[in-house]
Amino acid sequence: MTTTREPAPVPAGTTSVAPAGTAAAPDTTSAPYTATAPDTATAAGSGGPAGTGDGRPGLLEVDGLTVRFQLRDAVVQAVTDLHLTVHPGELLAVVGESGCGKSVLAHALLGLLPGNATVTGQARLRPPTGEKHDLVGSSERHLARAVRGRVVGLVPQSPATALNPVRTGRRLLEETLRAHGRTRREAPAAAERVAADVGLDPADLDRHPHELSGGMAQRLATALALAPDPPLLLADEPTTGLDRPLVDHTLDLLRRRCDAGGAVLLITHDLAAARRIADTVAVMYASRIVERRPTGELFAAPAHPYTAGLLDALPERAFRPVPGHPPMLTDLPPGCAFAPRCDRATDVCRTPPAPFAGAPARVACHHPLTLGAP
Amino acid sequence: MTSTALAAHEVAVSFGGRRVLDGVDLCVAPGETVGLRGPSGSGKSTLARVLALLHAPEAGHVTLDGHRVAGARHRLPAAVRTRVAILFQSPRAATDPRLGLADIIAEPLRATGTPEAQARARAAELADLVGLTPDLLARRPHAVSDGQLQRACLARALVHRPDYLLCDEATAMLDASTQAHLAAVVTDYQRQHAAGVLLITHDPALMARWATRVVDLPSAPRS
Repeated sequence: MTTTREPAPVPAGTTSVAPAGTAAAPDTTSAPYTATAPDTATAAGSGGPAGTGDGRPGLLEVDGLTVRFQLRDAVVQAVTDLHLTVHPGELLAVVGESGCGKSVLAHALLGLLPGNATVTGQARLRPPTGEKHDLVGSSERHLARAVRGRVVGLVPQSPATALNPVRTGRRLLEETLRAHGRTRREAPAAAERVAADVGLDPADLDRHPHELSGGMAQRLATALALAPDPPLLLADEPTTGLDRPLVDHTLDLLRRRCDAGGAVLLITHDLAAARRIADTVAVMYASRIVERRPTGELFAAPAHPYTAGLLDALPERAFRPVPGHPPMLTDLPPGCAFAPRCDRATDVCRTPPAPFAGAPARVACHHPLTLGAP
Repeated sequence: MTSTALAAHEVAVSFGGRRVLDGVDLCVAPGETVGLRGPSGSGKSTLARVLALLHAPEAGHVTLDGHRVAGARHRLPAAVRTRVAILFQSPRAATDPRLGLADIIAEPLRATGTPEAQARARAAELADLVGLTPDLLARRPHAVSDGQLQRACLARALVHRPDYLLCDEATAMLDASTQAHLAAVVTDYQRQHAAGVLLITHDPALMARWATRVVDLPSAPRS
Protein backbone atom coordinates (compact mmCIF):
# COMPACT_ATOMS: atom_id res chain seq x y z
CA MET A 1 0.00 0.00 0.00
CA THR A 2 1.34 3.37 -0.88
CA THR A 3 0.33 6.30 1.26
CA THR A 4 2.03 9.09 -0.60
CA ARG A 5 -0.48 11.78 -1.43
CA GLU A 6 -0.05 13.08 -4.93
CA PRO A 7 -0.93 16.71 -5.40
CA ALA A 8 -4.57 16.88 -6.39
CA PRO A 9 -5.26 18.31 -9.80
CA VAL A 10 -6.06 21.96 -9.44
CA PRO A 11 -9.50 22.83 -10.75
CA ALA A 12 -9.69 24.65 -14.04
CA GLY A 13 -10.36 28.32 -13.63
CA THR A 14 -7.53 29.00 -11.24
CA THR A 15 -4.92 30.32 -13.57
CA SER A 16 -2.02 30.56 -11.21
CA VAL A 17 -0.86 26.98 -11.21
CA ALA A 18 2.66 28.08 -11.86
CA PRO A 19 5.42 25.82 -10.56
CA ALA A 20 5.08 26.18 -6.82
CA GLY A 21 8.49 27.76 -6.49
CA THR A 22 7.31 30.78 -8.42
CA ALA A 23 3.86 31.03 -6.91
CA ALA A 24 4.92 33.94 -4.74
CA ALA A 25 5.60 36.16 -7.74
CA PRO A 26 2.80 38.72 -7.74
CA ASP A 27 2.55 38.99 -11.53
CA THR A 28 1.41 35.40 -11.96
CA THR A 29 -1.27 35.66 -9.34
CA SER A 30 -2.78 39.11 -9.40
CA ALA A 31 -5.61 38.11 -11.70
CA PRO A 32 -6.91 35.12 -9.71
CA TYR A 33 -6.61 37.15 -6.54
CA THR A 34 -8.94 39.78 -7.92
CA ALA A 35 -11.32 37.09 -9.03
CA THR A 36 -11.44 35.13 -5.80
CA ALA A 37 -11.01 37.78 -3.14
CA PRO A 38 -14.63 38.94 -2.80
CA ASP A 39 -15.79 35.35 -2.63
CA THR A 40 -13.29 34.62 0.10
CA ALA A 41 -14.34 37.65 2.07
CA THR A 42 -18.02 36.76 1.92
CA ALA A 43 -17.50 33.16 2.90
CA ALA A 44 -15.09 34.05 5.68
CA GLY A 45 -17.39 36.71 7.02
CA SER A 46 -20.38 34.42 7.27
CA GLY A 47 -18.94 32.81 10.39
CA GLY A 48 -21.06 29.68 10.39
CA PRO A 49 -20.55 27.06 13.07
CA ALA A 50 -17.52 24.82 12.73
CA GLY A 51 -17.95 21.49 11.06
CA THR A 52 -20.91 22.36 8.92
CA GLY A 53 -18.88 23.21 5.87
CA ASP A 54 -19.55 19.99 4.04
CA GLY A 55 -22.56 18.88 6.02
CA ARG A 56 -20.95 16.01 7.89
CA PRO A 57 -20.66 16.20 11.65
CA GLY A 58 -17.07 16.24 12.83
CA LEU A 59 -15.60 13.89 15.39
CA LEU A 60 -13.63 16.80 16.80
CA GLU A 61 -15.04 20.29 16.43
CA VAL A 62 -12.96 23.18 17.68
CA ASP A 63 -14.74 26.50 17.64
CA GLY A 64 -13.08 29.77 18.57
CA LEU A 65 -10.48 28.13 20.79
CA THR A 66 -8.27 30.75 22.42
CA VAL A 67 -5.44 30.16 24.89
CA ARG A 68 -3.64 32.87 26.84
CA PHE A 69 -0.79 32.53 29.31
CA GLN A 70 -0.45 35.15 32.00
CA LEU A 71 3.18 35.97 32.70
CA ARG A 72 4.42 38.39 35.33
CA ASP A 73 4.51 41.34 32.97
CA ALA A 74 2.98 40.11 29.73
CA VAL A 75 0.28 37.93 28.20
CA VAL A 76 1.26 35.23 25.72
CA GLN A 77 -1.29 34.86 22.92
CA ALA A 78 -0.62 31.20 22.22
CA VAL A 79 -3.79 30.18 20.34
CA THR A 80 -6.26 32.70 18.93
CA ASP A 81 -9.81 32.10 17.67
CA LEU A 82 -9.01 28.72 16.21
CA HIS A 83 -11.56 26.71 14.27
CA LEU A 84 -11.01 23.23 12.99
CA THR A 85 -12.91 20.03 12.38
CA VAL A 86 -11.64 16.48 12.11
CA HIS A 87 -13.95 13.86 10.64
CA PRO A 88 -13.75 10.11 11.19
CA GLY A 89 -11.25 8.71 8.69
CA GLU A 90 -9.58 12.09 8.26
CA LEU A 91 -5.98 13.01 8.92
CA LEU A 92 -5.55 16.72 9.63
CA ALA A 93 -2.03 18.09 9.92
CA VAL A 94 -1.34 21.35 11.74
CA VAL A 95 1.99 22.71 10.53
CA GLY A 96 3.96 25.77 11.54
CA GLU A 97 7.30 26.93 12.81
CA SER A 98 8.44 26.34 16.37
CA GLY A 99 6.77 28.71 18.77
CA CYS A 100 3.64 29.32 16.66
CA GLY A 101 1.36 27.72 19.24
CA LYS A 102 0.73 24.32 17.68
CA SER A 103 1.85 22.27 20.67
CA VAL A 104 -0.24 24.45 22.97
CA LEU A 105 -3.20 23.47 20.82
CA ALA A 106 -2.46 19.79 21.45
CA HIS A 107 -2.10 20.34 25.17
CA ALA A 108 -5.30 22.38 25.30
CA LEU A 109 -7.24 19.54 23.66
CA LEU A 110 -5.93 17.15 26.29
CA GLY A 111 -6.54 19.51 29.21
CA LEU A 112 -2.85 19.47 30.03
CA LEU A 113 -2.10 23.19 30.14
CA PRO A 114 -0.33 24.72 33.13
CA GLY A 115 -2.16 26.75 35.75
CA ASN A 116 -1.46 30.17 34.29
CA ALA A 117 -3.36 29.33 31.10
CA THR A 118 -6.81 30.72 30.31
CA VAL A 119 -8.79 28.78 27.73
CA THR A 120 -11.92 30.10 26.03
CA GLY A 121 -13.96 28.86 23.09
CA GLN A 122 -15.13 25.33 22.54
CA ALA A 123 -13.71 21.97 21.61
CA ARG A 124 -16.22 19.15 21.35
CA LEU A 125 -15.62 15.53 20.73
CA ARG A 126 -18.50 13.43 19.40
CA PRO A 127 -17.51 9.78 19.28
CA PRO A 128 -19.78 7.70 16.99
CA THR A 129 -20.74 5.69 20.04
CA GLY A 130 -20.91 6.89 23.59
CA GLU A 131 -21.24 10.29 25.15
CA LYS A 132 -20.07 13.65 23.83
CA HIS A 133 -17.28 15.43 25.62
CA ASP A 134 -16.45 19.07 26.08
CA LEU A 135 -12.68 19.27 26.08
CA VAL A 136 -12.73 22.87 27.31
CA GLY A 137 -14.20 23.45 30.73
CA SER A 138 -14.64 19.82 31.79
CA SER A 139 -13.30 18.89 35.18
CA GLU A 140 -9.88 17.32 35.44
CA ARG A 141 -11.62 14.31 36.94
CA HIS A 142 -13.79 13.84 33.86
CA LEU A 143 -10.87 14.38 31.45
CA ALA A 144 -8.70 11.91 33.31
CA ARG A 145 -11.37 9.23 33.67
CA ALA A 146 -13.33 9.46 30.46
CA VAL A 147 -11.32 11.37 27.86
CA ARG A 148 -7.53 11.08 27.89
CA GLY A 149 -6.41 7.75 26.52
CA ARG A 150 -10.00 6.53 26.03
CA VAL A 151 -11.30 8.92 23.38
CA VAL A 152 -8.17 10.96 22.66
CA GLY A 153 -4.96 8.97 22.39
CA LEU A 154 -1.63 10.78 22.44
CA VAL A 155 1.42 9.74 20.43
CA PRO A 156 4.04 11.72 22.31
CA GLN A 157 6.87 13.82 20.92
CA SER A 158 9.56 12.00 22.81
CA PRO A 159 8.85 8.33 23.53
CA ALA A 160 12.07 8.08 25.53
CA THR A 161 10.63 10.38 28.18
CA ALA A 162 7.00 9.26 27.86
CA LEU A 163 7.55 5.58 28.66
CA ASN A 164 7.83 4.35 32.22
CA PRO A 165 11.48 3.25 32.44
CA VAL A 166 10.93 0.54 35.05
CA ARG A 167 8.32 -1.44 33.08
CA THR A 168 8.83 -3.65 30.06
CA GLY A 169 6.88 -2.93 26.91
CA ARG A 170 4.66 -5.95 27.58
CA ARG A 171 3.86 -4.80 31.09
CA LEU A 172 3.07 -1.27 29.85
CA LEU A 173 0.74 -2.59 27.16
CA GLU A 174 -1.04 -5.09 29.42
CA GLU A 175 -1.44 -2.45 32.11
CA THR A 176 -2.97 -0.05 29.59
CA LEU A 177 -5.30 -2.68 28.16
CA ARG A 178 -6.50 -3.72 31.61
CA ALA A 179 -7.09 -0.12 32.60
CA HIS A 180 -9.37 0.06 29.58
CA GLY A 181 -11.47 -2.96 30.42
CA ARG A 182 -9.61 -6.04 29.21
CA THR A 183 -9.47 -8.89 31.69
CA ARG A 184 -6.28 -10.32 33.11
CA ARG A 185 -6.80 -13.31 30.83
CA GLU A 186 -7.39 -11.31 27.64
CA ALA A 187 -4.64 -8.73 28.10
CA PRO A 188 -1.53 -10.76 27.09
CA ALA A 189 -2.89 -11.81 23.70
CA ALA A 190 -4.34 -8.37 23.07
CA ALA A 191 -0.97 -6.80 23.90
CA GLU A 192 0.77 -8.97 21.32
CA ARG A 193 -1.86 -8.11 18.73
CA VAL A 194 -1.47 -4.37 19.28
CA ALA A 195 2.32 -4.74 19.17
CA ALA A 196 2.11 -6.68 15.91
CA ASP A 197 -0.11 -3.95 14.45
CA VAL A 198 2.64 -1.37 14.85
CA GLY A 199 5.39 -3.70 13.65
CA LEU A 200 6.92 -4.43 17.02
CA ASP A 201 8.54 -7.84 17.37
CA PRO A 202 7.02 -9.78 20.34
CA ALA A 203 10.58 -10.53 21.48
CA ASP A 204 11.20 -6.81 21.94
CA LEU A 205 8.21 -6.54 24.29
CA ASP A 206 10.26 -7.98 27.13
CA ARG A 207 12.76 -5.16 26.99
CA HIS A 208 12.75 -2.02 29.10
CA PRO A 209 12.46 1.32 27.31
CA HIS A 210 16.18 2.12 27.58
CA GLU A 211 16.94 -1.09 25.69
CA LEU A 212 14.82 -0.02 22.74
CA SER A 213 16.07 1.98 19.77
CA GLY A 214 14.36 5.28 19.02
CA GLY A 215 12.21 3.65 16.37
CA MET A 216 11.14 0.74 18.58
CA ALA A 217 10.33 3.14 21.43
CA GLN A 218 8.21 5.21 19.06
CA ARG A 219 6.33 2.08 17.95
CA LEU A 220 5.72 1.10 21.56
CA ALA A 221 4.44 4.58 22.39
CA THR A 222 2.16 4.40 19.35
CA ALA A 223 0.94 0.95 20.40
CA LEU A 224 0.12 2.30 23.86
CA ALA A 225 -1.88 5.14 22.34
CA LEU A 226 -3.75 2.73 20.04
CA ALA A 227 -4.42 0.03 22.65
CA PRO A 228 -7.64 1.56 24.05
CA ASP A 229 -8.81 2.13 20.45
CA PRO A 230 -9.50 5.87 20.83
CA PRO A 231 -11.60 7.45 18.08
CA LEU A 232 -9.16 10.39 17.91
CA LEU A 233 -5.40 10.13 17.91
CA LEU A 234 -3.33 13.20 18.63
CA ALA A 235 0.25 12.97 17.36
CA ASP A 236 2.48 15.80 18.57
CA GLU A 237 5.72 15.90 16.51
CA PRO A 238 5.79 12.08 16.48
CA THR A 239 8.76 11.84 14.12
CA THR A 240 11.30 14.26 15.60
CA GLY A 241 14.66 12.59 15.94
CA LEU A 242 13.83 9.51 13.90
CA ASP A 243 15.65 8.74 10.68
CA ARG A 244 13.81 8.66 7.38
CA PRO A 245 12.70 5.01 7.21
CA LEU A 246 11.39 5.20 10.78
CA VAL A 247 9.70 8.52 10.04
CA ASP A 248 7.95 6.94 7.08
CA HIS A 249 6.98 3.88 9.09
CA THR A 250 5.49 5.98 11.90
CA LEU A 251 3.61 8.18 9.44
CA ASP A 252 2.25 5.18 7.58
CA LEU A 253 0.94 3.76 10.87
CA LEU A 254 -1.02 6.98 11.40
CA ARG A 255 -2.32 6.84 7.84
CA ARG A 256 -3.44 3.24 8.26
CA ARG A 257 -5.31 4.28 11.38
CA CYS A 258 -7.29 6.79 9.32
CA ASP A 259 -7.87 4.37 6.48
CA ALA A 260 -9.43 2.06 9.08
CA GLY A 261 -11.86 4.81 10.09
CA GLY A 262 -9.97 6.52 12.91
CA ALA A 263 -9.24 10.23 13.01
CA VAL A 264 -5.77 11.70 13.50
CA LEU A 265 -4.66 15.21 14.35
CA LEU A 266 -0.98 15.45 13.43
CA ILE A 267 1.02 18.36 14.78
CA THR A 268 4.35 18.79 13.03
CA HIS A 269 6.94 21.22 11.69
CA ASP A 270 7.76 18.71 8.95
CA LEU A 271 6.00 19.66 5.71
CA ALA A 272 7.14 16.46 4.01
CA ALA A 273 5.40 14.45 6.73
CA ALA A 274 2.17 16.39 6.28
CA ARG A 275 2.36 15.97 2.53
CA ARG A 276 2.91 12.24 2.81
CA ILE A 277 -0.13 11.39 4.91
CA ALA A 278 -2.49 14.29 5.58
CA ASP A 279 -5.89 14.76 3.91
CA THR A 280 -6.06 18.36 5.05
CA VAL A 281 -3.34 20.74 6.15
CA ALA A 282 -3.84 23.71 8.48
CA VAL A 283 -0.99 26.22 8.55
CA MET A 284 -0.53 28.00 11.85
CA TYR A 285 1.26 31.31 12.19
CA ALA A 286 1.58 33.42 15.34
CA SER A 287 -1.25 31.67 17.20
CA ARG A 288 -3.76 31.60 14.33
CA ILE A 289 -4.56 29.19 11.56
CA VAL A 290 -3.93 31.22 8.42
CA GLU A 291 -4.81 28.64 5.79
CA ARG A 292 -6.63 25.32 5.79
CA ARG A 293 -6.82 23.36 2.56
CA PRO A 294 -6.84 19.85 1.13
CA THR A 295 -3.21 18.70 1.10
CA GLY A 296 -2.69 18.44 -2.65
CA GLU A 297 -4.17 21.86 -3.30
CA LEU A 298 -2.19 23.54 -0.56
CA PHE A 299 1.12 22.19 -1.84
CA ALA A 300 0.27 22.88 -5.49
CA ALA A 301 -1.13 26.39 -5.06
CA PRO A 302 -0.70 27.93 -1.60
CA ALA A 303 -3.02 30.88 -1.01
CA HIS A 304 -1.58 32.55 2.08
CA PRO A 305 1.73 34.35 1.46
CA TYR A 306 3.15 32.69 4.60
CA THR A 307 2.27 29.23 3.29
CA ALA A 308 3.89 30.11 -0.03
CA GLY A 309 6.99 31.34 1.82
CA LEU A 310 7.19 28.20 3.94
CA LEU A 311 6.92 25.98 0.85
CA ASP A 312 9.58 28.07 -0.92
CA ALA A 313 11.93 27.33 1.98
CA LEU A 314 11.86 23.59 1.23
CA PRO A 315 15.16 22.29 -0.10
CA GLU A 316 13.38 20.71 -3.08
CA ARG A 317 11.92 24.11 -3.98
CA ALA A 318 13.66 27.51 -3.74
CA PHE A 319 15.42 26.74 -0.40
CA ARG A 320 14.82 30.39 0.44
CA PRO A 321 13.84 31.34 4.01
CA VAL A 322 10.80 33.46 4.76
CA PRO A 323 12.28 36.96 5.22
CA GLY A 324 12.26 38.49 8.69
CA HIS A 325 11.36 36.88 11.99
CA PRO A 326 8.13 35.58 13.50
CA PRO A 327 6.65 38.03 16.01
CA MET A 328 6.75 37.47 19.74
CA LEU A 329 3.47 35.97 20.97
CA THR A 330 3.54 38.51 23.79
CA ASP A 331 3.58 41.38 21.35
CA LEU A 332 1.45 40.61 18.30
CA PRO A 333 0.53 43.43 15.92
CA PRO A 334 -3.17 44.38 15.87
CA GLY A 335 -3.70 43.42 12.23
CA CYS A 336 -2.33 40.48 10.25
CA ALA A 337 0.64 39.12 12.20
CA PHE A 338 2.44 38.18 8.98
CA ALA A 339 2.15 41.63 7.36
CA PRO A 340 5.58 42.90 8.55
CA ARG A 341 7.22 40.01 6.64
CA CYS A 342 4.89 40.01 3.66
CA ASP A 343 5.67 41.58 0.28
CA ARG A 344 1.97 41.79 -0.57
CA ALA A 345 1.05 43.78 2.55
CA THR A 346 -0.87 47.06 2.18
CA ASP A 347 -2.58 49.42 4.61
CA VAL A 348 -5.58 47.14 4.91
CA CYS A 349 -3.33 44.50 6.54
CA ARG A 350 -3.26 46.64 9.68
CA THR A 351 -6.75 45.34 10.33
CA PRO A 352 -7.15 41.65 11.13
CA PRO A 353 -8.23 39.46 8.21
CA ALA A 354 -11.68 37.94 8.67
CA PRO A 355 -11.45 34.73 10.69
CA PHE A 356 -12.68 31.65 8.94
CA ALA A 357 -14.80 28.85 10.25
CA GLY A 358 -16.41 25.72 8.97
CA ALA A 359 -15.91 25.06 5.30
CA PRO A 360 -12.98 22.91 4.21
CA ALA A 361 -10.96 25.41 2.15
CA ARG A 362 -10.10 28.72 3.72
CA VAL A 363 -7.43 31.37 3.91
CA ALA A 364 -7.20 34.26 6.37
CA CYS A 365 -5.54 36.95 4.27
CA HIS A 366 -6.44 40.29 2.72
CA HIS A 367 -4.36 39.50 -0.37
CA PRO A 368 -4.34 35.74 -0.96
CA LEU A 369 -2.34 34.43 -3.89
CA THR A 370 -4.96 32.06 -5.20
CA LEU A 371 -7.57 29.75 -3.85
CA GLY A 372 -7.62 26.42 -5.63
CA ALA A 373 -11.00 25.28 -4.37
CA PRO A 374 -14.20 26.86 -5.64
CA MET B 1 49.05 12.54 3.06
CA THR B 2 49.84 16.24 3.20
CA SER B 3 46.89 17.71 1.32
CA THR B 4 44.73 20.37 2.94
CA ALA B 5 41.79 18.48 4.39
CA LEU B 6 40.16 17.00 7.46
CA ALA B 7 40.40 13.27 7.02
CA ALA B 8 39.66 10.02 8.84
CA HIS B 9 42.01 7.14 8.03
CA GLU B 10 41.01 3.53 8.75
CA VAL B 11 39.05 4.68 11.80
CA ALA B 12 37.56 2.00 14.07
CA VAL B 13 35.28 2.54 17.06
CA SER B 14 33.39 0.03 19.24
CA PHE B 15 30.77 0.51 21.91
CA GLY B 16 30.25 -2.27 24.44
CA GLY B 17 32.04 -4.82 22.27
CA ARG B 18 30.02 -3.93 19.19
CA ARG B 19 32.05 -2.47 16.35
CA VAL B 20 30.34 0.65 15.02
CA LEU B 21 33.03 1.88 12.64
CA ASP B 22 35.47 -0.55 11.12
CA GLY B 23 38.28 0.90 9.07
CA VAL B 24 36.43 3.92 7.70
CA ASP B 25 38.06 6.56 5.49
CA LEU B 26 36.50 9.96 4.91
CA CYS B 27 37.97 13.20 3.65
CA VAL B 28 36.50 16.71 3.76
CA ALA B 29 38.38 19.29 1.66
CA PRO B 30 38.14 23.08 2.01
CA GLY B 31 35.12 24.56 0.26
CA GLU B 32 33.27 21.30 -0.30
CA THR B 33 30.14 19.98 1.43
CA VAL B 34 30.38 16.25 1.95
CA GLY B 35 27.04 14.57 2.61
CA LEU B 36 27.26 11.52 4.85
CA ARG B 37 24.47 9.01 4.51
CA GLY B 38 23.77 5.67 6.14
CA PRO B 39 21.11 3.68 7.95
CA SER B 40 20.23 4.23 11.59
CA GLY B 41 23.07 3.02 13.81
CA SER B 42 25.65 2.90 10.99
CA GLY B 43 27.97 5.22 12.92
CA LYS B 44 27.41 8.56 11.15
CA SER B 45 27.31 10.53 14.38
CA THR B 46 30.23 8.59 15.81
CA LEU B 47 32.33 9.40 12.75
CA ALA B 48 31.39 13.07 13.10
CA ARG B 49 32.46 13.01 16.74
CA VAL B 50 35.77 11.39 15.79
CA LEU B 51 36.36 14.07 13.14
CA ALA B 52 35.38 16.78 15.63
CA LEU B 53 38.18 15.44 17.85
CA LEU B 54 35.66 14.65 20.58
CA HIS B 55 36.20 10.90 20.50
CA ALA B 56 39.56 9.15 20.09
CA PRO B 57 39.24 6.15 17.75
CA GLU B 58 40.49 2.74 18.88
CA ALA B 59 42.34 2.28 15.63
CA GLY B 60 43.16 4.56 12.75
CA HIS B 61 43.65 8.30 13.06
CA VAL B 62 42.43 11.72 12.00
CA THR B 63 44.58 14.18 10.10
CA LEU B 64 44.14 17.92 9.76
CA ASP B 65 46.06 19.24 6.76
CA GLY B 66 48.22 16.14 6.85
CA HIS B 67 49.04 16.35 10.56
CA ARG B 68 47.82 13.63 12.88
CA VAL B 69 45.44 15.10 15.41
CA ALA B 70 43.56 12.16 16.86
CA GLY B 71 44.61 8.64 17.50
CA ALA B 72 47.42 9.61 19.78
CA ARG B 73 46.17 10.11 23.33
CA HIS B 74 47.40 13.57 24.04
CA ARG B 75 45.65 16.83 24.76
CA LEU B 76 45.19 19.00 21.72
CA PRO B 77 46.20 22.64 21.73
CA ALA B 78 43.26 25.01 21.42
CA ALA B 79 44.68 26.36 18.16
CA VAL B 80 44.07 22.91 16.61
CA ARG B 81 40.82 22.07 18.34
CA THR B 82 39.11 25.31 17.37
CA ARG B 83 39.71 24.64 13.67
CA VAL B 84 36.91 22.06 13.69
CA ALA B 85 33.40 22.86 14.98
CA ILE B 86 30.34 20.65 15.30
CA LEU B 87 26.63 21.39 15.37
CA PHE B 88 24.33 18.77 16.91
CA GLN B 89 20.68 17.88 16.29
CA SER B 90 19.31 18.93 19.65
CA PRO B 91 20.37 22.41 20.78
CA ARG B 92 18.74 21.80 24.18
CA ALA B 93 21.08 18.91 24.87
CA ALA B 94 24.07 20.91 23.64
CA THR B 95 23.70 24.09 25.70
CA ASP B 96 24.09 24.95 29.36
CA PRO B 97 20.60 25.89 30.60
CA ARG B 98 22.08 28.38 33.06
CA LEU B 99 23.71 30.59 30.43
CA GLY B 100 22.09 33.35 28.42
CA LEU B 101 22.39 33.13 24.62
CA ALA B 102 25.09 35.82 24.54
CA ASP B 103 27.20 33.79 26.96
CA ILE B 104 26.54 30.55 25.10
CA ILE B 105 27.94 32.18 21.96
CA ALA B 106 30.91 33.88 23.69
CA GLU B 107 31.95 30.98 25.93
CA PRO B 108 34.44 29.38 23.49
CA LEU B 109 36.17 32.75 23.10
CA ARG B 110 36.46 33.23 26.86
CA ALA B 111 37.74 29.69 27.21
CA THR B 112 40.66 30.54 24.94
CA GLY B 113 41.50 33.81 26.70
CA THR B 114 39.91 36.36 24.38
CA PRO B 115 39.56 39.75 26.13
CA GLU B 116 36.02 40.27 27.41
CA ALA B 117 35.17 43.34 25.31
CA GLN B 118 36.33 41.58 22.17
CA ALA B 119 34.41 38.39 23.04
CA ARG B 120 31.20 40.37 23.53
CA ALA B 121 31.61 42.27 20.32
CA ARG B 122 32.28 39.10 18.35
CA ALA B 123 29.28 37.35 19.97
CA ALA B 124 27.02 40.26 19.02
CA GLU B 125 28.36 40.20 15.46
CA LEU B 126 27.65 36.46 15.11
CA ALA B 127 24.23 36.74 16.73
CA ASP B 128 23.34 39.23 14.04
CA LEU B 129 24.76 36.97 11.34
CA VAL B 130 22.57 34.01 12.37
CA GLY B 131 19.48 36.20 12.72
CA LEU B 132 19.13 36.53 16.50
CA THR B 133 17.71 39.88 17.55
CA PRO B 134 19.51 41.65 20.46
CA ASP B 135 16.49 41.29 22.78
CA LEU B 136 16.92 37.50 22.70
CA LEU B 137 20.56 37.49 23.78
CA ALA B 138 19.91 37.89 27.51
CA ARG B 139 17.45 34.99 27.53
CA ARG B 140 18.31 31.53 28.69
CA PRO B 141 17.53 28.42 26.62
CA HIS B 142 14.17 27.66 28.28
CA ALA B 143 12.83 31.04 27.15
CA VAL B 144 13.59 30.66 23.45
CA SER B 145 12.34 28.30 20.73
CA ASP B 146 14.35 25.39 19.32
CA GLY B 147 15.01 27.40 16.18
CA GLN B 148 16.36 30.36 18.11
CA LEU B 149 18.53 28.12 20.26
CA GLN B 150 19.97 26.31 17.24
CA ARG B 151 20.81 29.71 15.73
CA ALA B 152 22.78 30.46 18.89
CA CYS B 153 24.55 27.10 18.58
CA LEU B 154 25.53 27.91 15.00
CA ALA B 155 26.88 31.29 16.11
CA ARG B 156 28.86 29.53 18.83
CA ALA B 157 30.22 27.02 16.32
CA LEU B 158 31.45 29.81 14.03
CA VAL B 159 32.89 32.01 16.77
CA HIS B 160 36.48 30.79 16.27
CA ARG B 161 36.20 30.88 12.45
CA PRO B 162 36.65 27.13 12.05
CA ASP B 163 38.03 25.66 8.84
CA TYR B 164 35.67 22.71 9.11
CA LEU B 165 32.06 22.59 10.28
CA LEU B 166 30.31 19.29 10.96
CA CYS B 167 26.49 19.42 10.90
CA ASP B 168 24.99 16.30 12.48
CA GLU B 169 21.26 16.44 11.66
CA ALA B 170 21.55 20.07 12.70
CA THR B 171 18.32 21.16 11.03
CA ALA B 172 16.20 18.03 11.52
CA MET B 173 14.02 19.53 14.24
CA LEU B 174 13.64 22.94 12.61
CA ASP B 175 10.87 24.26 10.39
CA ALA B 176 11.59 24.71 6.69
CA SER B 177 12.21 28.45 6.88
CA THR B 178 14.69 28.25 9.77
CA GLN B 179 16.43 25.34 8.05
CA ALA B 180 16.81 27.29 4.82
CA HIS B 181 18.12 30.31 6.70
CA LEU B 182 20.72 28.37 8.68
CA ALA B 183 21.82 26.57 5.52
CA ALA B 184 22.28 29.95 3.82
CA VAL B 185 24.35 31.24 6.75
CA VAL B 186 26.59 28.16 6.60
CA THR B 187 26.94 28.37 2.81
CA ASP B 188 27.90 32.07 2.97
CA TYR B 189 30.42 31.39 5.70
CA GLN B 190 31.81 28.50 3.69
CA ARG B 191 32.26 30.71 0.63
CA GLN B 192 34.02 33.46 2.57
CA HIS B 193 36.35 31.21 4.52
CA ALA B 194 36.73 28.29 2.10
CA ALA B 195 35.52 26.07 4.92
CA GLY B 196 34.81 22.37 4.50
CA VAL B 197 31.39 21.12 5.67
CA LEU B 198 30.28 17.63 6.63
CA LEU B 199 26.51 17.27 6.31
CA ILE B 200 24.66 14.43 8.02
CA THR B 201 20.97 14.38 7.17
CA HIS B 202 18.23 11.83 6.54
CA ASP B 203 16.39 14.24 4.27
CA PRO B 204 17.13 13.31 0.65
CA ALA B 205 15.94 16.70 -0.62
CA LEU B 206 18.25 18.59 1.72
CA MET B 207 21.13 16.29 0.80
CA ALA B 208 20.54 16.78 -2.92
CA ARG B 209 20.30 20.53 -2.51
CA TRP B 210 23.23 21.14 -0.23
CA ALA B 211 25.91 18.44 -0.54
CA THR B 212 28.51 18.73 -3.28
CA ARG B 213 29.48 15.07 -2.83
CA VAL B 214 27.74 12.21 -1.01
CA VAL B 215 29.41 9.34 0.84
CA ASP B 216 27.48 6.26 1.95
CA LEU B 217 28.34 4.61 5.22
CA PRO B 218 27.41 0.93 5.15
CA SER B 219 25.47 -0.68 8.01
CA ALA B 220 27.59 -1.26 11.07
CA PRO B 221 29.33 -4.63 11.05
CA ARG B 222 28.03 -6.86 13.83
CA SER B 223 30.54 -8.65 15.97
